[in-house]
Amino acid sequence: MATQHSRSAARIMMAPAVILLLGWMLVPLTMTLYFSFKRYLPLRGGDLGWVGFENYIRFISSSSFWPSVMTTLTIVGGVLAITVVLGVFLALLLNQPMWGRGFVRILVIAPFFVMPTVSALVWKNMFMDPNYGLLAHLWEFFGATPVEWLSQASLTSIVMIVSWQWLPFATLILLTAIQSLDSEQLEAAEMDGAPATKRFAYITLPHLGRAITVVILIQTIFLLSIFAEIFVTTGGAFGTKTLTYLIFQRVLESQNVGLGSAGGVYAIILANIVAIFLMRIVGKNLDT
Amino acid sequence: MGQIKLNKVTKSFGDVAVIPPLDLTIEDGEFTVFVGPSGCGKSTLLRLIAGLEDVSSGHVEIDGVDATDVPPAKRGLAMVFQSYALYPHMSVRKNIAFPMKMAGVTADEQNRRISAAAEALNLTDYLDRRPGQLSGGQRQRVAIGRAIVREPGAFLFDEPLSNLDAALRVGMRLEISELHERLKTTMIYVTHDQVEAMTMADKIVVLRAGLIEQVGSPLELYHTPCNEFVAGFIGSPRMNLIKGAEAAKHNAATIGIRPEHTAVSMTEGLWKGVVGVAEHLGSDTFLHVHGVPGCDPMTVRVDGELPVRHGDTIWMTPQADKLHRFDAEGLRID
Amino acid sequence: MARNVTQRRKILNTAAAWTIGLLIFFPILWTILTSFKTEAQAIADPPIFLAFDWTLENYGAVMERSNYSRFLWNSIVIAGGSTILGILIAVPAAWSMAFVPSKRTKDILLWMLSTKMLPAVGVLYPIYLLFIQFGILDTKIGLVIVLMLINLPIIVWMLYTYFKEIPGEILEAARMDGASLKEEVLYVLTPMAIPGIASTLLLNVILAWNEAFWTLNLTAAKAAPLTAFIASYSSPEGLFYAKLSAASTMAIAPILVLGWFSQKQLVSGLTFGAVK
Repeated sequence: MATQHSRSAARIMMAPAVILLLGWMLVPLTMTLYFSFKRYLPLRGGDLGWVGFENYIRFISSSSFWPSVMTTLTIVGGVLAITVVLGVFLALLLNQPMWGRGFVRILVIAPFFVMPTVSALVWKNMFMDPNYGLLAHLWEFFGATPVEWLSQASLTSIVMIVSWQWLPFATLILLTAIQSLDSEQLEAAEMDGAPATKRFAYITLPHLGRAITVVILIQTIFLLSIFAEIFVTTGGAFGTKTLTYLIFQRVLESQNVGLGSAGGVYAIILANIVAIFLMRIVGKNLDT
Repeated sequence: MGQIKLNKVTKSFGDVAVIPPLDLTIEDGEFTVFVGPSGCGKSTLLRLIAGLEDVSSGHVEIDGVDATDVPPAKRGLAMVFQSYALYPHMSVRKNIAFPMKMAGVTADEQNRRISAAAEALNLTDYLDRRPGQLSGGQRQRVAIGRAIVREPGAFLFDEPLSNLDAALRVGMRLEISELHERLKTTMIYVTHDQVEAMTMADKIVVLRAGLIEQVGSPLELYHTPCNEFVAGFIGSPRMNLIKGAEAAKHNAATIGIRPEHTAVSMTEGLWKGVVGVAEHLGSDTFLHVHGVPGCDPMTVRVDGELPVRHGDTIWMTPQADKLHRFDAEGLRID
Repeated sequence: MARNVTQRRKILNTAAAWTIGLLIFFPILWTILTSFKTEAQAIADPPIFLAFDWTLENYGAVMERSNYSRFLWNSIVIAGGSTILGILIAVPAAWSMAFVPSKRTKDILLWMLSTKMLPAVGVLYPIYLLFIQFGILDTKIGLVIVLMLINLPIIVWMLYTYFKEIPGEILEAARMDGASLKEEVLYVLTPMAIPGIASTLLLNVILAWNEAFWTLNLTAAKAAPLTAFIASYSSPEGLFYAKLSAASTMAIAPILVLGWFSQKQLVSGLTFGAVK
């Protein structure tokens, strides 16, 4: 529904955004590719020449590589599972008749506004500290030995912190979706004799499908690159080194740009695999 | 001024040809109605004239000047949309003023024209409201007001009454007709409602699948439909079309008789049938009759009240001079 | 559902929801409370909830230790600047996609979103080098550009979904009324989309405010925003709970207040327009 004139105008108006993003994608990507084939140590001699695929082989054969991929996937998968399940539960609860729903919503949404560095620091020191943390006090109160969260249960701790940050997002999207469910559908199902559990499984849950897709898509985008939570809490120790963090260490801590860049290329490939997978689902599920 | 001429105009979306080559001339000051079932291309045709769509080939001429490549803003036409398309964030006054603001009309002139339009359309008390606070009929009048103040070469109406309820629709129909009498400006009006077409048009263009089936005055179309499609589309209730032996008697593949051109008797007649549904309106009685060979049900209209009920047997006789005959292709035989 | 719910059920719901809500909010509440304690009370065993000597000394100490107002100003400039710049670039793009869609529109949108999936760390060093090259390392303008670029896909996507809800006929009416493209976008589309633009603006200010990869890695002293301000407390000398809490409260308070005030718009914005 448009004319030639408006189509050419559309191209011109779309150009800045497309060109900027294309540049943002291609320029650093090209440079990363370039460095990944070099031995490049900025503090120890700089550019030491081409090395072919050596960086790629070294990075992937390093003992930290596969664990870091697993850590990344564990964190993403764990947080997604927790936030979606709890989010559906909370959304159902908040959709029930009650007093002060607005106030509860304010409470629930709050963690979303907290910057990752703050939430990581607060959780690390004030809750998960084995001596002074509130959780330690709680454990002691029940006569248990306090857990050294960030060293003994490091991955669980990180998943907990990140889930706390993202639960509001999942809950609010799912709540919005539930509120848009036509109550007549549920009443019709009730008339047809469906008990509450069946009504949830056959009507509410399918209705939430689209919202759950959105939650998964958006959260994955952000979760794949979580950084501050690990940077501030464990610094990558105790098996919490994600791929992102591993590369960060190679580039900034070891100042081995060539090796880090090869890692970057792997990370980009991993992200693309996830992206293709997600885009398939989303492309189907979102009518754009 | 507002003569509009379409010259071998075609439109296709991708591989789908919506409008095959089409020629049409709309004379200055004429009230032309494009009518046809949904999907017949009537709205597309209007949008081609407006310039909201490009023609795939051919030319659109306005007042003898080729306007094919002229953007909509410069064609000097005004359009009233089905959804009214009022600017929800502007007051009625600002809505009406918008086209003049775009054209750089002076503030004094703007106010003069707004007052005149508001008066003519009964909107004077509503000028400072937002469209959201108006009823459907009032919104429609604002949309018309916005079109009038431009003093356009022609008005384009895209199914403007289809969102109104039945009672309002009749009222607005009259208002638009009066507006045309007063302004004498070319108007092109798209509708799927043949009653609107019959009551408002100087000239009706009947479209089907992008093709013009017939062009003519309402009564021409009523009395001499050039094919079965037009015969069935124009007139309410629909013309009865009878096939088979009955038609063969008149050397035609199909014969048509309008419900109002059939005499009904309880005792004798040409065709015998059993009354299915009888609609008693007081002023007329409509009967849906079953059992006439080649036409089931047959609809007949009787003036005033006829006391028949479901299951009664009646006899019907068509007025011989009101019979329409069509050949195997559906074309009229004279 | 015009049906009477039993009072008991409503009480149970309320109790459950309030409990869970308070539990979720508790870490923030605890942080705010701790910020008003003395260091000794902050680590008291058993913990003190309210019956402590309220003090403001931690805020004073934090102000003394670091130049809070400069970090705050940097955060405001970076979050606000990147969002406004992003919206200026995204409005025309979203207009094109929503009102002149082509077969490739959906692909372009998904491609844009997929650029967000590019791991930042994969391109950290090149960006770092480019920043040095252009002399924008540790400058606000550099971060404005980077954060604008990383949030641009989301801004475009959100605006696109909001614009799509505006009936095309209204823009066509403007065109028939003689409006040029610029006038159409300026006088008709933008005012109609104000609520959507506001949601987009808010959400992206929050995302930019809390962004903690580029802001930590591309700034040092001059342009560091609040994310860096608070990260400096992760070093051992910062292990004073009350001061840490005060600093945390100062870092999150502006966005928390903004977020609460604009809750309504945010909830619609949070769904990225994809859920009605």
